[in-house]
Amino acid sequence: MSDLTDLTIEEAHALLQRGEVSSVELTQAHLERIEAVDGLIRSYLTVTAGQALDQARAADARRAEGEDTPLLGVPLSYKDVLCTRGVQTTCGSRILEGYRPPYTATAIEKLEALGAVMLGKTNMDEFAMGSSTENSAYVVTRNPWDTERVPGGSSGGSAASVAARLAVASLGTDTGGSIRQPASLCGVVGLKPSYGRVSRYGLVAFASSLDQIGPLTRSVTDAALMLNAIAGHDPRDSTSMNVEVPDYTAALRADMQGLRVGVPREYFIEGMQPAVEAAVRAAIDQLAELGAEIREVSLPHTDAALPVYYLVAPAEASANLARFDGVRYGPRVVAGSMWETYRQTRGQGFGPEVKRRIMLGTYALSAGYYDAYYLKAQKVRTLIKQDFEQAFEQVDLIACPVSPTTAFRIGERIDDPLQMYLSDVLTLAVNLAGICGISIPCGFDENDLPIGLQLIGPAFGEEQVLRAAYAYEQSTDWHTRVPAL
Amino acid sequence: MTLSIEEVEHIAELAKLALTDEEKARYREQLSAILDYFNRLQAIDTDDIPPTATVLPLHTVLRDDVPHPGISREELLANTEHKENGMFRVEAILDESP
Repeated sequence: MSDLTDLTIEEAHALLQRGEVSSVELTQAHLERIEAVDGLIRSYLTVTAGQALDQARAADARRAEGEDTPLLGVPLSYKDVLCTRGVQTTCGSRILEGYRPPYTATAIEKLEALGAVMLGKTNMDEFAMGSSTENSAYVVTRNPWDTERVPGGSSGGSAASVAARLAVASLGTDTGGSIRQPASLCGVVGLKPSYGRVSRYGLVAFASSLDQIGPLTRSVTDAALMLNAIAGHDPRDSTSMNVEVPDYTAALRADMQGLRVGVPREYFIEGMQPAVEAAVRAAIDQLAELGAEIREVSLPHTDAALPVYYLVAPAEASANLARFDGVRYGPRVVAGSMWETYRQTRGQGFGPEVKRRIMLGTYALSAGYYDAYYLKAQKVRTLIKQDFEQAFEQVDLIACPVSPTTAFRIGERIDDPLQMYLSDVLTLAVNLAGICGISIPCGFDENDLPIGLQLIGPAFGEEQVLRAAYAYEQSTDWHTRVPAL
Repeated sequence: MTLSIEEVEHIAELAKLALTDEEKARYREQLSAILDYFNRLQAIDTDDIPPTATVLPLHTVLRDDVPHPGISREELLANTEHKENGMFRVEAILDESP
């Protein structure tokens, strides 16, 4: 049965359609593999086996009635920052231990309406703050390619579950690279849609102007299928744009004729691992082979993205996380007075990185520092956005690395927050500008660790990003390698 | 720049976070280093640049005000043990200053 866990959505759909496999069999095969392998990988925080089999039976019944859509009966995993009605949703934090939301995130609701099966909820850095998934209050997730290394973060559980064949695909969230960086480090495809493309309703907010839900998959076609399912306007999220959702699979073509690809000189930074630079440069040559016109472009404010991000995102987080006070959900530390109960509940419920960012954000917004830090950051953010707008006047896409290094060792960066923040230096600007980006496998380093190519498109430019990613994927075989587990 | 312990305590109080002495010392050191690094922003000329309020071409978004069923009181109270008479139970709020 193990080959059932190697299937993409597209392949699983073909077998389901021909009646060669049932959703129950497919789901059972994944649950068995989770049982066998996830004790080592620890990609899941919660496995919803009983509910998954119920959903699988329901999907099989729908298919027997003649319904046929690509996700009907396909088992998926969801990052534990997405609310699932009645199923524990912790955000990787002690402060939400035992929380069972009374509603489901719109993106998951849409997948469920199409008949997708939920296998469980995946591990993450607490409140999506981190780049290694080591900030989870519960477990350390291991990289399926080398279990002494991190899977990246914050959607590390989602990326590891897809790479280790513990889910056909997954939903993650990306605030500064949290889909693309773990996808790169785990050798899978990760798409960060444009801000406003996917409803954020039911996504527990970290930084509301940057957060976006997107898929992690084992093929570009699967990413397009997932985006088809989750994109679109939602009256419950006023920042979801009312822009037509095309069939993203229709954009996939095996060539890049007529596409202009920009290579930003600022994204090949000092200190980048040589194997990463070599693989990404080779991938760009391959894009040229496929018919793309390659041009050098400049994004002059690239250097500023890191400080801007680490002021804006913590400032928004400090406000968003004010709701966690132990009153309505999560454990309450009763401490004799209301204010002391708040202080103790929050002091004990949040982990070190979350407290660090709440402190940083509170400082940036506090009287006397607002102009110098927060307002300054929002002005420079405008310049970063303008850099991309100017670049996209000359090119259709931008190609660059995702992460300056491949997967690092567990524990290596955990005591040095600034070093950890630097792992996101090539992904943050995309969120600040509200545009879209994808990570796809483009090689392996000397330790057989995966390397990702980042393709960035303008706002609502997902079709051209997916088209280029597909053309590259079809002309290479990096995505066919499987971690030995 | 180096934050003082008093500044760290002031920020923690604004954020309503109880911190241990060890945490205060560590955050003092780490936040000082991070803020130092961030001072590079001051070198960028932003005189005529408006701050980003939103990346979207949206202004005020309104929907029709139509009543619809919400989440039930029982469901909203289901995530805490601290409740009484259909309400969240909290400690007294009027006998101390913040």
